[in-house]
Formats: sequence, C-alpha cells, structure tokens
Amino acid sequence: MRITEHPILGSFEKGKKITFTLDGDTMEGCDNEPIAAALRAQGVLIHRITTRREEPRGLFCAIGRCTDCVMTVDGVPNVRTCVTPLREGMDIRTQKGKGQITAEE
Amino acid sequence: MQRHEMVSVGAGPAGLSAAIAAAKNGVQVAVYDENDRPGGQLFKQIHKFFGSHEHRAMERGFDIGKSLLEEARSLGVQVILDSVVMGIYENRTMNVMVKDHVEEVKGESILVATGASENMIPFPGWTLPGVIGAGAAQTMANIHGVKPGKRLLMVGSGNVGVVVSYQMRQAGCEVVAIIDAAPEVGGYGVHAAKVARTGVPFYLGHTIKAAHGKKWVEGATIHQVDASWNPVQGTEKTFDVDTICVAVGLNPMTQLLKMAACKMVSVPALGGSIPAHDKNQATSVPGIYVAGDVSGIEEASSAIVEGRLAGIAISNRLGFLNDGDFHQQRETLLKSMAGLRSGPFGQKRDEGKQILFESMKG
Repeated sequence: MRITEHPILGSFEKGKKITFTLDGDTMEGCDNEPIAAALRAQGVLIHRITTRREEPRGLFCAIGRCTDCVMTVDGVPNVRTCVTPLREGMDIRTQKGKGQITAEE
Repeated sequence: MQRHEMVSVGAGPAGLSAAIAAAKNGVQVAVYDENDRPGGQLFKQIHKFFGSHEHRAMERGFDIGKSLLEEARSLGVQVILDSVVMGIYENRTMNVMVKDHVEEVKGESILVATGASENMIPFPGWTLPGVIGAGAAQTMANIHGVKPGKRLLMVGSGNVGVVVSYQMRQAGCEVVAIIDAAPEVGGYGVHAAKVARTGVPFYLGHTIKAAHGKKWVEGATIHQVDASWNPVQGTEKTFDVDTICVAVGLNPMTQLLKMAACKMVSVPALGGSIPAHDKNQATSVPGIYVAGDVSGIEEASSAIVEGRLAGIAISNRLGFLNDGDFHQQRETLLKSMAGLRSGPFGQKRDEGKQILFESMKG
C-alpha cells in the first residue's frame, strides 16, 4: 500500500525501517511516521472495538481531530494513532472499549 | 505569564501570512499550532493553484507553504508547534497546552486562524473502517506516502472531492466514481475535467445509500435522488470498493471565538456559523482578529490575503504602521481580494462576506 513513485512528489522521505508489535505480532513500519500510516501500509484497518456495540473502528480524519483511531500504545490507552509517531519496539494493541488505565506507582 | 505583541492561533496560510505582514512592520509575533508541523493543509495541496500571479497561481500548495515558512523564520517569527490553545479569556489571555503542560499566554492582539474541519454525512455503515474523510485520504497519500485504499468511491464533487480524486489517481488508487446529490458538479470545471479524463465517472443527482461489510468496507451502494432529495426506488448501483471518501464540505473551527464571546452570524454560503468581522478582519471583540477558513470557507489564496490584511491591521492597531501607509496597503489588498471573490464561485462568497461586514455595524 506504500506509494513508491509519485508523479508529482517523486519518492517519499521516510524514516528507517523499524519493527513494532500489533497485539503481540511483529510488524514493520518506518520510524517517525504516524502509527496509523504504518498500520494502513500493512493492511490493518481495525484500530479499536467500541464499548457497547463492539463494532470495529479505524482511521477517519487522519489529523488528530476525531479520535476514532485511538489504540493502546505501550500500555497507554486512547492514543491518537494518526498523529503519534511510530518508534522502534512499540507495543500497539487493538483497543477494547475505553481501554484500561493503569495507575502510576 | 508570557506576553507577545501578536499571537496567531494556527500556522496555516492565514496565520503565517498575518505573522509575516506584522513582523515586517516590527511586531513581535508568536504562532501556536497544535500539529507537529506547520503549514496547515498547504503541504497536502500538490496541485497548482488558480488565479493571477499575485495570488501565486501555477504554484503548488506545498511550495507556497515552504516559502511562507522560510519568510516567517527569516523575520524572526516564533512558530511553536505541538501546542493547543485551549481557551481565550478576558483581556486576551489564553491557556496553551504545550506538549504536556499548560502555559498562560497574553497577546496584545490575537489572530484566530484555526481553519476548518470536514463535514460528514451519516449513512448505514458509515462507521466502518474504510469510510474516511477526503482530507484523510489526502493526508495519507500526499504526506505519508501510503495509499488509503485500492478502490475508492468519492462522495461529493466540490473542489475537495474532485481534487482529491485526481490526487488518488496520481497515488495509484482506482476511483470507481464521484457522486453528488446535487444535479451539477460542485467544483471548478478544470479540476472536474482533469479527473474525468482519467476515466472516472460522475454520478450526479446520486447519494450514498449504504456502505457494506462486517469488519470493514467491502462495497457501497448509491441511489438517485429526486428534486426534493428523496431516493428514487430501483436506481441502486453497487460498487466493489474498499474505501469511501466523504467530501461534503467544511465547517469553520470557531470554538475559541465563541468562547471569547465574539459575535457570530449564520452564513450558510461560508460554511455555517461565522464570526462577524470587518474589512480589517477585526471581530466584535477588540484585539481579536480572524483570517482564513475560520472566518468563512474559501481557499488558500484568499486565506493568504486575509492574513495579510489582519497582519497590517494589527500593526496599525499596535502603533507599528501609520494610518497613511496602512490605508494604502489595505486598498491594494482589498483590490486583490475583490479579484478572488469574483466569478460565479467567488460571488457567493463575496455576498456572504458582505453579510459579515454589515453585521459589525451598529
């Protein structure tokens, strides 16, 4: 799903290839691109499951406004994946409902 | 508390142009933006702009963005990113969330140039992953280099709908159709013709009936509407698509202005509830100015001119630009703006703007 050669923009300047996990499975993405872009490039569409109707939700506005694409990232729930940069080794999880907030010690 | 002579909320075309115009007169300017990169939506605009040379016609949006940024930086404008202006209170004080802490900021003059957000229409299946805003498609393809989908349906034939459809073709996606409930194409003929030449069919007088799929979009059904917008039985067409892009207009992000008690006026031609303002872009609250889409949905080129108007008006208000020079520069900008607000598309916006100007009197 990545655009390799664009007629106007040429090639895209992307960060180096890194790995992260989605629900425990290892995946590849580019450093510093939004988590949502890395997921879309790998064909992942479901970011979370809603609380009551248990319906899937994914990317919607892509600019951090609608919060439809939130996931649990490194244990923190409700992270807007469309505006949060991907980092090496991130633990990304499909969020169920509102997610679980763990109290700081 | 931090104090600035001028604060701009938003580093898009309007905010940056205002900052540049004011900084040229010696005003100290800070520009806050909630995003991690400046330029607003300019960097997603990979098509050439229209209009005359003075409106930077034939230039592509991202090039305009780059040159605005360079000019702002060379003039010493401070651009502060990852910063959300949470509220504007009495006497032009503001709370700004910078990364993870809140700062108090006061602006002698404040420009609100927050832009707009996309409208949506609900339909069965609209919450499925794969139904996205047209702006989202643009962001994914033109900024991040990722195709939003393989086969797309575009809902809406306004400028956003036709321009983004063409950009999706450039990104290597298939666009199965552009649909619009209105009987005519909403966008500029040039953009519509360009995308039509790539073989994308238009279904006018059609709206979306439903998105199909259980986990994500697997198809879409459209149907015809009659003169009173009611669906016509038996006119359904189904497309095999994985993505549905919604491009049904924009609405101004006016929350901060409402909070600051600026007078608001409903002007449908400009996108909804708009802050009343005069020809200097001043709102009903002294010291608070507006420019760009937040003061009525137009285009990047008019946002730039409005930004400049606000920038010189603020310079004049703060005593950095004398009345004579101000009025002279203002006349030039107003003339340039009149050019942008002419023709069948511009005229409607001009009428809307007149309502706003009128509502500032008395």
